[in-house]
Amino acid sequence: MTATAAPSELDHKHHPDDIAGSTGLIGIITDSLTESGRHLRIIPRNIELLIFATIQPVMFVLLFSFVFGGSIQTPPGFTDYDQYLMPGIFAQTVVFGSAFTSIGIAEDMSKGFIDRLRSLPIAQSSVLIGRTLSDVVRNAITFVTMLLVAFLLGFRFEGSLLGALGATALLLFFSYGLSWVQALIGLSVSSVEAANSAGFIWMFPITFVSSAFIDTSNLQYAWLRTVADWNPFTQVTNAARALYNGNDPGDAVMTSILWAVGMIVLFAFLATRKFNQISD
Amino acid sequence: MTAVLAEGLKKHYGETKALDGLDLEVPQGEIFGLLGPNGAGKTTAVKVMTTLASPTAGRAVIDGIDVTKNPKAVRTRIGLTGQYAAVEERLTGRENLELVGRYFHHKKSELKSRATELLHMFDLMEAADRPANTYSGGMRRRLDIAMSLVARPAILFLDEPTTGLDPRSRLGMWEFIARLGDEGTTVLLTTQYLEEADVLAKKIAVIDHGLKIAEGSADQLKDQIGGDKVRVTIVKPENIQRAKQAIVPFATGAVDQDPESAQTLTAPIHAGGGVVPNIIRGLDDAGVDVLDVEVRRPTLDDVFLVLTGRAAEERGQEEL
Ligand SMILES: Nc1ncnc2c1ncn2[C@@H]1O[C@H](COP(=O)(O)OP(=O)(O)OP(=O)(O)O)[C@@H](O)[C@H]1O
Ligand SMILES: [Mg+2]
Repeated sequence: MTATAAPSELDHKHHPDDIAGSTGLIGIITDSLTESGRHLRIIPRNIELLIFATIQPVMFVLLFSFVFGGSIQTPPGFTDYDQYLMPGIFAQTVVFGSAFTSIGIAEDMSKGFIDRLRSLPIAQSSVLIGRTLSDVVRNAITFVTMLLVAFLLGFRFEGSLLGALGATALLLFFSYGLSWVQALIGLSVSSVEAANSAGFIWMFPITFVSSAFIDTSNLQYAWLRTVADWNPFTQVTNAARALYNGNDPGDAVMTSILWAVGMIVLFAFLATRKFNQISD
Repeated sequence: MTAVLAEGLKKHYGETKALDGLDLEVPQGEIFGLLGPNGAGKTTAVKVMTTLASPTAGRAVIDGIDVTKNPKAVRTRIGLTGQYAAVEERLTGRENLELVGRYFHHKKSELKSRATELLHMFDLMEAADRPANTYSGGMRRRLDIAMSLVARPAILFLDEPTTGLDPRSRLGMWEFIARLGDEGTTVLLTTQYLEEADVLAKKIAVIDHGLKIAEGSADQLKDQIGGDKVRVTIVKPENIQRAKQAIVPFATGAVDQDPESAQTLTAPIHAGGGVVPNIIRGLDDAGVDVLDVEVRRPTLDDVFLVLTGRAAEERGQEEL
């Protein structure tokens, strides 16, 4: 605190470096980890959410595999329909998991926690980075649960372990991209309830008008086939499916990585801008 | 030195002028009350001064730093307790406090000792290791304020710290806030209760429609609207004239007889100045037996009625 000054002399020049608190990359990383830590820490304490988050992927695997299992012909190149279907279910569940981002952010907004964070001298971008990162971890936990159930039902990695790891990483990375879309949604809606529907509703067309459960060439309308083939979710499903089964994924891996990167860049920009204008 | 300075501060949301040219000056180390009804612009003022919202026009300077020019430096000097308690429900009180320390990059030993210190200070030691979602409203609010104090801010913003608390918790909260003031923290407190500002704040600004409509100490404000009102009921109606003469020297205006009672007189008096004992003594000297003396303190409603010609309550509803 300096000596008394007349109001006109009070302004400090804008020195970005004359700042205590978090600056630079180290600041962003440290603060993002603190934020992630806050979210991860409460996962085991929210028992209800934990139960539902576990039941959902288990239910999806069982439901889709039993309901669709017998009725659909195994596409060529796969030992049985489960080998074809499971990667689709994995992809869908992981993508659905991104909705936690919009719900979590809306919750933090409604209880005033975002305002608290914005009043702290932290790297502001760490609020969204921390949130999206912790949601990847959450998604990875869901994934492991799902994988165990799938293995019990007879699903196997037909290709290399490296391929399977790559497929898993690809799915999580793609979902991370969607988390940034969800971040923008969470910041834009005015309530947790709204986030709940706005975060989930578009997941249904995206995951169903795709190759997740069926061969898109079996779709009954040509335009629907076109939509399904262009759907980035089809790309990531195809890539993961090929890698889990030891087939050649072709361009699908690259295409889905590009989609994910594109989503991250665009929506991180939009969400960060939105974040900085919350009270404007 | 001026801790908080607002000059012609405006914040417009489309057609809504939440702030419309607010001027404030809070000296360092004082508790300052920002008093106004629902929708007056209290929260908006706090948001602009704490860097959460950018002003449409005018400027806010906190501890010598302009909020729009160097928001991050402002954030190192302030603590904010918003209108709704912002605690992490599933973390314990202690964990919540340590979390804030981590945002400030405090060392592990430091954040632990500061958390314990604040838990003691806010009487939360017993509940320290329980999740915050098991706390009562008053405890939650205390934790919320404690979280704003982790980094020992020079200036604390408290947006309606007691709204929604029961009378006992409110009294407890007043003690905590008063103690902060004693320890030299500058506090800018918003409230809808004149009584609260009266108890805590050295100086009060009354705002309405985003503008300051009055400013001064609580007593000055009350005097401006006619001070306190005393209501004296005597035993024998035949002594009423004598009683009236005894009260006149202490009244700041006309001493009136209550239209509904032949034993009751009302009179305006100076706020907060020990006038009532003098009145009782005066009546005693005049040989008048007193049945009851009642002092009615003005509320925000009275201030509003006088300053704006309409009740605060009505306005609140019109805003909803
Ligand atoms: N984000 C916003 N968008 C549009 N209008 C807003 C926004 N925030 C506040 N307002 C409006 O600005 C005015 C002042 O609101 P503010 O919340 O500052 O009042 P307040 O004095 O804090 O009221 P309360 O006692 O109810 O908390 C109100 O009319 C309110 O509706
Ligand atoms: Mg308010």
